[in-house]
Amino acid sequence: MPKIIYKDYQGSSKTIEVESGLSVMEGAIQNEIPGIDADCGGSMACATCHVYVDDKWFEKIPKAEDSENDMIDMAFEPKKNSRLSCQIIVNDELDGLEVTTPEKQT
Amino acid sequence: MKKTDVIIIGAGPVGLFAVHQLGIKGLKAVVIDNLDKAGGQCIELYPDKPIYDIPAVPECTGEQLTSRLIEQIKPFNTEIFLNERVDEVKQEKNNWIVKTNNKNQFIAPNILIAGGVGSFEPRKISLKEAEKLEGRSVFYAVKNKEQFKDKKISIFGGGDSALDWALELSKFSTVTLIHRRNDFRGAQHTLSELRKLEKEGKVSIKTSCQIESLDNEKELKSINVKFDDGKTEKIKTDVILGFFGLIMKLGPIAEWGLNMDKKTIEVNSENFETNKKGIFAAGDICSYPGKLKLILSGFHEVALASVECFKRARPNENYRFEFTTSSKTIKNRLGKK
Repeated sequence: MPKIIYKDYQGSSKTIEVESGLSVMEGAIQNEIPGIDADCGGSMACATCHVYVDDKWFEKIPKAEDSENDMIDMAFEPKKNSRLSCQIIVNDELDGLEVTTPEKQT
Repeated sequence: MKKTDVIIIGAGPVGLFAVHQLGIKGLKAVVIDNLDKAGGQCIELYPDKPIYDIPAVPECTGEQLTSRLIEQIKPFNTEIFLNERVDEVKQEKNNWIVKTNNKNQFIAPNILIAGGVGSFEPRKISLKEAEKLEGRSVFYAVKNKEQFKDKKISIFGGGDSALDWALELSKFSTVTLIHRRNDFRGAQHTLSELRKLEKEGKVSIKTSCQIESLDNEKELKSINVKFDDGKTEKIKTDVILGFFGLIMKLGPIAEWGLNMDKKTIEVNSENFETNKKGIFAAGDICSYPGKLKLILSGFHEVALASVECFKRARPNENYRFEFTTSSKTIKNRLGKK
């Protein structure tokens, strides 16, 4: 199973095995990773699963759609490597993916 | 104080359909919502986006769903109190008293919370200085545009609010429009008008940058923005207008003594009552084993909750299950012959 590394803004990290086909958000919620709220449940209707994707991974994951970027505008402190974790679907190629949760989601 | 059978908190699709389910049972309701219009997330987050999983409606937008629900509940003449947030809930014998931030008071045997993920509030700039200046030189809405005359205004955001106000306020003020990326999600024709004004030197547009700090000596003097490439720029500013969209905050609901699971309210799945008799929760805000955050689930939840609401509001009457197709009473209530 692919491993996803969830870091928080202070640098501590947790490595979680997430089943392929689940989103990075779902992997976080199921394993109670703090810092990912996912208020809307993954419908791209909020920005509370916002994460920063590690630079070496950012280009490797499929690009964000316009509607995702529109929603990231509403996130807390978006950066260039911001993504909504509900839109990153885990597969074997993402084994080792590192994401960092922002200081807060709202 | 207004007396009613059910106080519905939240005017999203589930709150609106609750009016229908209560109405056909002969119950009166009021609806309270913090937004300036009915529709909840459907109208605020995805008015133009299609929804495909409303039974018997193959496709409709958030706006269409809302307007159809409003039409469906018209016969019940239900008052909807908008721009109001419920701040306080307290018990008085078998009734609940609800107070809003607008000083309205309601009393009813039932409260139905259909509050989605809470109330929508503007996202704010997270700098401490910005917090101090809020209401003086930092704003998240324009109530009276006269107050922004002949100012140096920095407008943040990429949506319609940011674009529309940049255009409008540029008529009598110096406007800088600032957005974190190069793409604006607001209406493209507004953007092209602004780009034209930019060429004429009447508006300044900065993209791929974000606010870094404020220069503030008693009053706001200027702001510093940082570009993606690391460069910074100082922009003379008297007024900051931030349009970063709305965020959902649970707000006072968390303080009403209800059993909560994270940001949701625990209910039983028989009548969607919470741990407090007479307080119900339905839609995205409720949780029970197997809960799905779907609009259609919310519709089911309010149908069942309305039965228990009836029993509490009409303790001396027997509830009788009826179909809208065949019940004369319901047809009368719907104004049909």
